[in-house]
Amino acid sequence: MTLKPLLTGLTALALTACSGPDIEWDGTDITGVMPDLEFELTSETTESVTAADWSGTPTLVFFGYTHCPDVCPGTMQALSQAIEGLPEADREDLAVLFVSVDPERDTPEQLDAYTAFYGPQFVGLTGTEPQLRDLAKRYRTTFGYDEPDESGFYAVSHSSAIYGFDRNGEARVLLRGNLPTDRLTADVRQLLAIR
Amino acid sequence: MDWAQAASALLPYRFSWLAVLFFGLAALAYGRGIRVLSEQGEPVSRWRQLAFWVGLALAYGVMHTRFDYYAQFMFFIHRGQHLVLHHLAPLLIALANPWRALAAGVPESRFKAFLGSVLGSAPVRWGYRVLQFPPVAAFLFVGLIFFWLQPEVHFYAMLSEPRYLLMNWSMWLDGLLFWWLILDPRSPLKAGTLGFGKRILLIWAVTVPQLALGARIAVSKTPLFDVYEVCGRAWPIDPMNDQLLGGILTWIPPGMMAVIAMLIVLRRLLHQGETRPLATQGDTP
Repeated sequence: MTLKPLLTGLTALALTACSGPDIEWDGTDITGVMPDLEFELTSETTESVTAADWSGTPTLVFFGYTHCPDVCPGTMQALSQAIEGLPEADREDLAVLFVSVDPERDTPEQLDAYTAFYGPQFVGLTGTEPQLRDLAKRYRTTFGYDEPDESGFYAVSHSSAIYGFDRNGEARVLLRGNLPTDRLTADVRQLLAIR
Repeated sequence: MDWAQAASALLPYRFSWLAVLFFGLAALAYGRGIRVLSEQGEPVSRWRQLAFWVGLALAYGVMHTRFDYYAQFMFFIHRGQHLVLHHLAPLLIALANPWRALAAGVPESRFKAFLGSVLGSAPVRWGYRVLQFPPVAAFLFVGLIFFWLQPEVHFYAMLSEPRYLLMNWSMWLDGLLFWWLILDPRSPLKAGTLGFGKRILLIWAVTVPQLALGARIAVSKTPLFDVYEVCGRAWPIDPMNDQLLGGILTWIPPGMMAVIAMLIVLRRLLHQGETRPLATQGDTP
């Protein structure tokens, strides 16, 4: 009899005891690195909302803007497809919070029309610039505005990642929108499985 | 830019007690030390004072003002931050040779006696000797640059506040140790400091790998550090331009500073050989 299986078993037990079973993500594990979900914003139905409104629901948070030419629509499309890959019963069990960091142009009505295109799980949120700055700082991200061109269009720099929070509001995983759909789906399933 | 805006640019993006205490105490001790030494009839030269204050202000400026915000969200500004923390600021402070002034600035008290006994204790002295053993010092200096620029390590350093602070403070403190080893003005012959030839070799040994790393980043055709994409940049900029600028900042200015440091050491080496002839010249006008 060798000691190895015993040691492996003990190590697994020790790990489970302190932090729950380790999850192998395709994205980047941010458990303990990022703070819990917390915000005060305005929803696409012009209501003022906080993270408590999604308590008990796993959330995927994305910072973007509706005039975004490539990254945002690409990522939202990828998420929409990943959600379709979930078992039917699970699809309603999560929310995608699209936080617009361009409150100047993105009115709640505009956000409503934008998110409706991707699916019922998608909710548009925005806020005043200080509110958005606070939230971005909390998750170590930022955004910035380019100078407007002749037609008034300006580009906005923003995070390209999706922040995954479990149903307890704990930050778990950072997903890149360019992950293959099946791997996105796999990570979302793992997020939903955390109780 | 109005006054309020200018003032807010001086405020830190993330407040840190460590920075306030470290830089605040260093500034107080040095300022007082200068006065004490000058009262004792041993004034510190103007240029040395200037080198100290500029070095200290630069390091504080890149760590604890609005600059730090840009350093967190733009790769090339982050490289500029480390250029200051690891090269420029500690090099200036080492040139200023501020230790006597700093020591004179700590008021005579039980605290000073305690500080003296801690710094003079065997573990601290041995730890310092190990860190300043030339191969270890060179390995640490280059190793830290390479370590924090591994994409995976860099990613988490930018995401996690404690790791970010660890990264910046390790660069800054290591910069002070290394440049002091190189620019220590005490004579190798009389005080047993590192020989001038070895110092030049050491500068060369740390600079070549850094040049290679900087060049590799600058010429890379693929994005190496996607954390800036993931977290968002301070303003819209082509990611490849950001990386190119960052690579150049890792590559060219440290090379130039290494050359300047070599020239300073070389001058001291030559000066050392000429001590006697110079003295005799002085004797026979």
